[in-house]
Amino acid sequence: MSDQTLLKVTDLQRHFPFREVQGLKMVRATVRAVDGISFTVKQGQTLGLVGESGCGKSTTSRLVTRLDEPTAGSIEFEGRDITHLKEHQLRGIRRDVQMIFQDPYSSLNPRHTVGSILTTPLKVHGLHKGKEKQRVQELLELVGLNPEHINRYPSEFSGGQRQRIGIARALAVEPKLIIADEPVSALDVSIQAQVMNLLAKLRDELDLAFIFVAHDLGVVRHFCDQVAVMYLGKIVEYGDKKKIYEAPEHPYTQALLSAAPDINVARGIAPKERIRLVGDVPSPIDPPSGCRFRTRCWKAQDVCAQQEPPLVAAEADISTRGRREGGLHLQACHFPEVKTDLVAEVEHSA
Amino acid sequence: MLIYILRRLALALSVVLATMVSAFLLFFAAPSDPALALCPESKCPPERLAQISASLGLDRPLRQQFFEYFSGLFVGRDFTYAGDTVHCSAPCLGFSFLTRQSVNDELFSRFPNTVVLAIMAAIVFVTVGVVTGIAAAVRRGTAADRLIVGASQVLGAIPYYVLALLVALYPVILWHVLPQFSPMSEGFGRFLLGLLAPALILGLVTSASYTRYTRNSMLETLSMDYVRTARSKGIPERTVLFQHGFRAAMSPILTILGLDIAYLLTGTLITEQIFGVDGIGRRTIQAFRSQDLPVIMGSVLMTAVIIVVMNLIVDIGYSLVDPRVRLS
Amino acid sequence: MSTSTNTVSTRTAGANTAGEVVLDVSDLSVAFPTEEGLVQAVSNLSYQARLGRTLAIVGESGSGKSVSSMAVLGLHNPKRTRITGSIKLDGLELVGAPASTFQKIRSTKAAMVFQDPQSSLHPFHKIGKQIAEAYQAHNKVSKQIAHKRAVEMLDLVGIPNPQRRANQYPHEFSGGMRQRAMIALGLVNNPKLLIADEPTTALDVTVQAQILDLVNDLQKEFGSAVILITHDLAVVAETADDILVMYAGRGVEKGSAKEVLAQPSMPYTYGLLQSLPSHSEDLDELKAIPGAPPSLLNLPSGCSFHPRCQFKDQVPGDACFTQLPEWRPTPGLSNREIRCHLADPVATLQLDEGAR
Repeated sequence: MSDQTLLKVTDLQRHFPFREVQGLKMVRATVRAVDGISFTVKQGQTLGLVGESGCGKSTTSRLVTRLDEPTAGSIEFEGRDITHLKEHQLRGIRRDVQMIFQDPYSSLNPRHTVGSILTTPLKVHGLHKGKEKQRVQELLELVGLNPEHINRYPSEFSGGQRQRIGIARALAVEPKLIIADEPVSALDVSIQAQVMNLLAKLRDELDLAFIFVAHDLGVVRHFCDQVAVMYLGKIVEYGDKKKIYEAPEHPYTQALLSAAPDINVARGIAPKERIRLVGDVPSPIDPPSGCRFRTRCWKAQDVCAQQEPPLVAAEADISTRGRREGGLHLQACHFPEVKTDLVAEVEHSA
Repeated sequence: MLIYILRRLALALSVVLATMVSAFLLFFAAPSDPALALCPESKCPPERLAQISASLGLDRPLRQQFFEYFSGLFVGRDFTYAGDTVHCSAPCLGFSFLTRQSVNDELFSRFPNTVVLAIMAAIVFVTVGVVTGIAAAVRRGTAADRLIVGASQVLGAIPYYVLALLVALYPVILWHVLPQFSPMSEGFGRFLLGLLAPALILGLVTSASYTRYTRNSMLETLSMDYVRTARSKGIPERTVLFQHGFRAAMSPILTILGLDIAYLLTGTLITEQIFGVDGIGRRTIQAFRSQDLPVIMGSVLMTAVIIVVMNLIVDIGYSLVDPRVRLS
Repeated sequence: MSTSTNTVSTRTAGANTAGEVVLDVSDLSVAFPTEEGLVQAVSNLSYQARLGRTLAIVGESGSGKSVSSMAVLGLHNPKRTRITGSIKLDGLELVGAPASTFQKIRSTKAAMVFQDPQSSLHPFHKIGKQIAEAYQAHNKVSKQIAHKRAVEMLDLVGIPNPQRRANQYPHEFSGGMRQRAMIALGLVNNPKLLIADEPTTALDVTVQAQILDLVNDLQKEFGSAVILITHDLAVVAETADDILVMYAGRGVEKGSAKEVLAQPSMPYTYGLLQSLPSHSEDLDELKAIPGAPPSLLNLPSGCSFHPRCQFKDQVPGDACFTQLPEWRPTPGLSNREIRCHLADPVATLQLDEGAR
């Protein structure tokens, strides 16, 4: 992994304004889907975006791939500002940044053969001219499919195999960054592991960077180097995986980790502390003032409603005069507090 | 809700105005000369033609004609014809070139005939279409289902005018099983009976598509999770089908129904023509034949108003049926 | 009408004996004839659900876990489904029973909570009315009393301001609130059996925890039997007493939930557990089960899992390929049954785990 920054996102916003009639009044409202987030992804690095519905993780992936245009903020890819590029200027970005979708059933055209699905991106970008078929067979082999199945249609494949085709399509143009939006959540448990292992293998062999959007905390922990926890359009905690999972400081991260059911309970290893949040995630239309999590937070005080907490270096880092382990750990809470007892401690005999 | 209706009405008005302007330009600025229709070319001296044109006001600049027409709609206007001045009060649609009657009278006197025919036909196609559609959906895959679907396809495949002509010819004219059209002035009962034949054939043919809409919509609804939930409550199957399935299945059909009724209200050209029903559709065809511009304009405006109003009614009705639809 | 008869406290749970078998499914097969052939969704399935206990039925898509439970409530179209075997609910045989029998037992003896509360509640009817309707179908009461009952049920499942909420439509509820309303609907007639089909899969993580807690609490209060259908083994670990693991329409392992998850004794259960990523520990590589579940149109011969099983070589002869393994107790473990030909599955699997 080199230290070269691939993607730099600064204060990114995406607002969807709309009008609504309430009684006799016409009300203007705004969905603040993404509301000022910043992060970086280095070459070969994997960033996990986690959060619940309405947190803006999918909108973020659409913005980064420039399938959607930000309301404010900037996106730099390899040092080039791509925030407001026009479609014809995005050609290079379309090649360097690829997407893998959640649903392998609806993201492949059922009337095209696998061969034509994988040849199209090659032709669009003028790659491997005259040797497209050979390249497609290489790709199929790379993702663990039989190269002889080049003339089959998506319906002849199982869900896991279709997701492999989706991965092959993303890899066809040799991208540098892959945005994977819930790539395994539609798959059966026994297939998820196969696809996760394939992604990990490709990441290491091809030195790919990933933005990995998922709600499954186990999958994110397994796959990512860094994690950004999102809540209602904001990043509330961001840092190296180990810090986020083992010493979270933001109450929402803590609640999220605590709420995820843990298989280790069956092995008699239960987490020492349990946090249960009350209620559902509020609507991203006119979210709560100040800290957005305050309506469900057990620590909330007056200041939380008045001031929005900034994303700053986490307590543990400050108390040790910063960066003891050199790792990244930021959080956005007025009253941060490390909790380490939220997930079961698994001892490995080996 | 109120503000929504007001906004929609304002929008409706602008649609009607736009229709009016484009229709006016289309007909009045067209190269055809209505005076010719009144005075056939071969026997018409040019001075006579000019005289007619002048009396119709067609010799004046287009802008002036339009302004007069437009103001007539809102404040009324005066017509001078053969030395007499006739006031035509708002909304004035002018006078027929051909009959010299007020267009308002021409259209409004015929409107009830069209309305009653439309309502009778709608009763037939909604009843027949929805009942057969539900029956087919509930018995999906059985012989009854195939019979209903097959019949509706056959009915839909034969050209409508052929069926209408057959009905007009055999039961009405030759066998006298069903009475012919008679105006409302000769008794309401006879009038209704006279509309039976056209309403039946129009309704039956239209019902074919309603059978298919209802069947498809009902099948889709019955496969929904909430119908399974309803069934799992232990309520009678009848309640599941009607309280839970039917109501949801009907909401998409409401839209089609509203538009279909709107089209029927603007006059069913073929049906009225074949069965001799003196309605809007028949009068409009006459007007086209004789290039009777004021009547054509009046009929176009009326059509626009009816369609826009029906659309509004459909949308409001939709919001009453489906609580998720908010009027905004 | 005195108020006491209208409250939720009218409970039969007191008479229930914990551990009593409410649902006894034996040798159940469910098949759907299609144009491509017979889809054998469930084959020779046997299990029991007991009062006061939660049975988790675990499996992937196509394992037959939902199909078998829908058969309990008779929710399959009888014209397009072939059901054989026996389903005894509270002593009443349901296979081959007429529609009127199912109408009586639905909601009163067995109720179901479905996966997606958004699509499972009728969008045009008010929440209160949907719950009251189920109560009125089985109790001769006025609309007002049924409505009152609905409000009480909403209160019971933790919906704030139930009086107002009862008069709202499903789209005005959040996802978690809708699932609470579904649970209220399921419990309105005090059924002895509640079947929850992936009740939290469509919900957010923090809300999922609330709903699972609620189901657990209500079960303690009502003493009913709960069948939890899920693909999520972590959910099972935290909520279930007993477990039945299904693969390709058959049960393959059953026993105490915690014991099975801590020490699986059938290769499929073992493989599933090995393949899970964990949010509480770092793993180098996930140990995936190779291949994909078989088509239900054309099940493999012998043990359905054999094409994906890495231990089939350790069974002498070709038993895995030709013989369907019968249920048998796992050697060396009490209260555990498996369908597997391995002579000593515990030792075989332990050896494999140690080798990794």
